[in-house]
Amino acid sequence: MKLAATTLMVHSTLAAVSATGVTVTRASTVDVVTFVIAAAAVLIGAVGVVLARHPVHAALMLVMTLFGIAVLFLLQRDDFLAAIQVIVYAGAVVVLFLFVIMFLGVDREENIRFEPLRGQRPLAVLLIALGTAGVLVLGLVSHWATGAPEVAGAANGPGSNVAKLGKSVFTTYLFPFEVTSALLVIAVVAAVVLARRPPATPDPDDPDAASGDGNVIGEEQEVVG
Amino acid sequence: MTGTALPLLAAGDPLFAHGVDLAVFVIVLIKVVVVFAALMVSVMLMIWFERKVISDMQSRIGPNRAGPFGIMQTLADGIKLFFKEDLIPERSDRVVFKLAPYLTILPAFLAFAIVPVGGVVTVAGHTFELQLADPPMGILFLLAMSAIGVYGVMLAGWSSGSKYPLLGSVRASAQMISYEAALGLSVVMVVLVTGSLSTRAIVDAQALHAWQWNAVRLGVVPFLIFFVAMVAETHRPPFDLTEAESELVGGFHTEYSSIRFALFFLAEFMNTITMSAIVVTLFLGGPDGPAPHIPHTQWLWPILWFLGKTIVFLFVFVWLRAALPRMRYDQLMDLGWKRLIPISLGWLMMVAGFVIDAWWGLAITGGVVVAGALMMRAFSIGAARESERAIIPPVGVRLWQRPPATVAPGHEESEA
Repeated sequence: MKLAATTLMVHSTLAAVSATGVTVTRASTVDVVTFVIAAAAVLIGAVGVVLARHPVHAALMLVMTLFGIAVLFLLQRDDFLAAIQVIVYAGAVVVLFLFVIMFLGVDREENIRFEPLRGQRPLAVLLIALGTAGVLVLGLVSHWATGAPEVAGAANGPGSNVAKLGKSVFTTYLFPFEVTSALLVIAVVAAVVLARRPPATPDPDDPDAASGDGNVIGEEQEVVG
Repeated sequence: MTGTALPLLAAGDPLFAHGVDLAVFVIVLIKVVVVFAALMVSVMLMIWFERKVISDMQSRIGPNRAGPFGIMQTLADGIKLFFKEDLIPERSDRVVFKLAPYLTILPAFLAFAIVPVGGVVTVAGHTFELQLADPPMGILFLLAMSAIGVYGVMLAGWSSGSKYPLLGSVRASAQMISYEAALGLSVVMVVLVTGSLSTRAIVDAQALHAWQWNAVRLGVVPFLIFFVAMVAETHRPPFDLTEAESELVGGFHTEYSSIRFALFFLAEFMNTITMSAIVVTLFLGGPDGPAPHIPHTQWLWPILWFLGKTIVFLFVFVWLRAALPRMRYDQLMDLGWKRLIPISLGWLMMVAGFVIDAWWGLAITGGVVVAGALMMRAFSIGAARESERAIIPPVGVRLWQRPPATVAPGHEESEA
């Protein structure tokens, strides 16, 4: 019976939407339940990232947070962003984190007692308190924190989410978009250059390196032969 | 507008056009149960089918004891695995070790949700699509699920606390990440000509004629790229380096036993089935096909066409396993990064050009040909330079093409 009541409530909400033609809906029970679960996942994940001693566990907690955020996007009827959130952040960024953690062999529990920077913990608590207070105050006094006026234009009206996003990215925000992609390409090229082994030809200004490299080349050729 | 107001994943389905009531809820529930059960049964049949076909190709009999033609063999294996001892290695990370199989199987199940299995039917006044979910993000859901699929394999290998599983999982995740790019790019081409992300829209755009199928319409290349990337994504031979028995014992699932081991296999076969269904949806018209005019069977033909096309791909998967040797790891990476991704990027540009008009298309084709020639030149220079030093020759450089190693002068004298 509870289920029937819930579905009826959704039904009535939708009826209200179609009657007025406004896309901003009153939150239904389903919305609230979904929000509570997703928000709990986000918060537990975020706290877990900080509290987990093991880097791999921390990374997994981060995945949970990112998932929760994807569900929150879905709740805002932006399924494109939700999908991108999962593909890019959960599917690529954190996988890369895990890769690095596993490869560099830092996948063991951390010693919490060791504190490399003196006084960083009280400072962190202070900053977190300040930041939280700031967000709460901003949420109360202005709509800046809640994002009420959208930057990219209203999401209402005809056309899909993706079409609108594409249009605004490739017209209004074309320059930032292209600059960002250039930045990414530069980062990739830089990573390749940095990761390359030094060239076999010795530096003429460095006599030590010259003799050392010469030996290495000789050994390699013997192995090949 | 009511459709887009729904915060659900299934907003494209006409079932939700009049809101959600109890009947709609029951229909969705039935869909979920049917898809789940059908997937489980088809995995069972797929394992049997694979073993039978492989043994036919190798002149063996294969499973023939449990049930007619050994069709119950998988069920027997499953029951046996259930009662096996569940071992957890001492050096493992217990929580992650237990979590990993479920992280593998969930995306495999979920990805099937967006596949259109049949047409649109009307039952008791409710019109709905024969498809579990038709979200506006559609095919992106598949990419999201295949992105998540990496976690199960990666964490399984790492949490085992032993070196072969770790090596297997590192290989697996590198392979999946590499081929996801080619997979995504070929999906982008389909989306570009369709103009929608929804799988239902993709299927509808290919309806009526076989030459409107995306495999034909886009040129055969994107279809082939998707197919290769899909085999690599599912870790099937010849891309099964993740569980190369001769090198890695069992790869990422070496330390798993009992039902957790079975879950990995379930996920692998589920992925095979899902990917076959997806390639049919994207490139071969999905449930599209001629239907004979027999009354009261119009709903059935699309389903049969869909099943038929999917089974062809399932057979090809098995065939590849029987026919091809496993690739070497560097060949795998070269194929992914140096062949598939550049080709799909170039082809994407051409498709985009032809979507605008023919002149743009021809101009971009010219540009792509020039850029491709330059890149081939760069690759051949790089390969030649590499082969002077490398012990393992890179792909495309045969052993007899390698320049003879220069023998040190001292060596020559002593040999003489």
